[in-house]
Amino acid sequence: MIIDLQRFVEHNRPCWTELEQALNRLEAEPDTRMSLESLQHLHLLYEQTTADLARLSTFSAEPEIRRYLESLVARAYGEIHETRERRRRFYPMRWLFQTLPQTFRRHVRAFWLSLAITLVGCAFGGFALAFDPAAKAVLLPFGHLQGDPSERVAQEESVSTDRLAGHRTTFSAFLMTHNTRVSILALALGMTWGAGTIILLFYNGVILGAVVTDYVAAGQTRFLLGWLLPHGAIEIPAILIAGQAGLILAATLIGRGQRARLSTRLRSVSGDIVTLIFGVALLLIWAGVVEAFLSQYHEPFIPYAAKIAFGAVELVLLSLFLAKSGGRKADRAKL
Amino acid sequence: MKTPVLQIRTPEGIVFSQALAGPVIRFLAWLLDLFCVMVALTVLGYAISLLNLISTNLALAVYTVSYFVVSIAYGIGTEWAWRGQTVGKRLFRLRVMDAEGLRIQFSQIVIRNLLRFVDALPMFYFVGGLACWFSPKCQRLGDLAANTVVIRIPRLSEPDLDQILAGKFNSLRHFPHLVARLRQNVAPTEAALALQALLRRDEFEPLARIELFERLATHFREKVPFPPEATDGIADEQYVRNVVDVIYRTER
Repeated sequence: MIIDLQRFVEHNRPCWTELEQALNRLEAEPDTRMSLESLQHLHLLYEQTTADLARLSTFSAEPEIRRYLESLVARAYGEIHETRERRRRFYPMRWLFQTLPQTFRRHVRAFWLSLAITLVGCAFGGFALAFDPAAKAVLLPFGHLQGDPSERVAQEESVSTDRLAGHRTTFSAFLMTHNTRVSILALALGMTWGAGTIILLFYNGVILGAVVTDYVAAGQTRFLLGWLLPHGAIEIPAILIAGQAGLILAATLIGRGQRARLSTRLRSVSGDIVTLIFGVALLLIWAGVVEAFLSQYHEPFIPYAAKIAFGAVELVLLSLFLAKSGGRKADRAKL
Repeated sequence: MKTPVLQIRTPEGIVFSQALAGPVIRFLAWLLDLFCVMVALTVLGYAISLLNLISTNLALAVYTVSYFVVSIAYGIGTEWAWRGQTVGKRLFRLRVMDAEGLRIQFSQIVIRNLLRFVDALPMFYFVGGLACWFSPKCQRLGDLAANTVVIRIPRLSEPDLDQILAGKFNSLRHFPHLVARLRQNVAPTEAALALQALLRRDEFEPLARIELFERLATHFREKVPFPPEATDGIADEQYVRNVVDVIYRTER
């Protein structure tokens, strides 16, 4: 059967126009709270329009009108059937002190896995360097780490001028952006079912383990701690959290033991992944500042004890923040 | 090649579809966005160069951070502000939407933009392009992770039926019993085809236009033969116009 197209359009157009105007208003002002009557009316308009679309689909349809109705129904469907909470306002302090640590704790097993992979990499790097010192060129492909640690320490401690004078801010900016890029990559590689994230974490661990072994074997543990702890206490956990986000993504993709559809699973973790990666970016900003303005200065400029103490305090505060901030009650309520 | 579509079935049982954007048009939109980012960075670079008056070191640091932030935040900011569109997507009439047809969330926009780091590997979005090419919903990895798709926005306009149908004398209406039989025999797809041919008649080459309407007229004449007094002296295109008129518009 073929319907009288013109009569059909003329008869139903007021309803479509009203729905379109209501949707335009909703899209322009997403924070608007609708009254119950307005909501019921919107739903009525939506149902009428979907019925019109169904009629057009059943009978002969003019493609333009059908596309127009499909577009209207699609927009209305998105507004009416969306059940996820619409965040009306962003509270930075609440996000920082509640949402971020709670999200971290909710997925803490992924963090422990991220840490374990890095530690395995550390052990591998350490053993490889200990058994075959000639492998240093392969394990540590960075010019400033190639030489003898004792010589480097002697050189650093004999410097009487500020090498980074005039470049500290640029260096800090470079570190922030570079580390954030690596962190985003650790997250994004979760799409390789976690293989990329695991390789990246393992590789970072190998470098860290090799550096630690190299300096400890050379008797330069104090220098190493003074050099790495101030920024590493934040930077390394940040990379681990980025790995945690990547592993969450991978676990969601694999979906082992989960009966929900992939799209539903992804929908349930997307907010958490974004929270974690923004948290990582914040941590790396701090780490970049510390590395440029503190870590690169050694004795006699700054005593190692002070640097080590600073790094230890950072680590304790970060651990407390991630473990306690936001409160256990809030965690339970969330669950 | 058939345009891929995303079909969504509502709880009310209504199915609606959205045309999905393929990798080529998305790449073109991305090139345009890249150009926009470059322009923004150039303008920003000039503004930041004023900081050289205070400190070259500070100016370079601000530029380094700005470059990074703009290149990442451009996609996130524009897609969030314009409900799934960037400048490139606007010009090419594309939009990012939730793969289930629901309202797109900020977290989805962030994830699909952050995963560009993988999609862009090893260069020029090779990984993303491949994923998009093979994915049934034309999704790059970022879209898969964020559960989003990129759709083509149709130009929404109702056909000007009056221009085609109204005000014309229709000789077929003198034979209402044959008109009724025609309406009964013609399938909806055939009617829609004839209507589309009329709507797009000016887009055809003259010879192709004559040939098309000749075939359509022959087809409809075979469906229900009208007496010669109704069809004599009528060109094929006019015959098809009359057929469409009686099919789509009943007399009030």
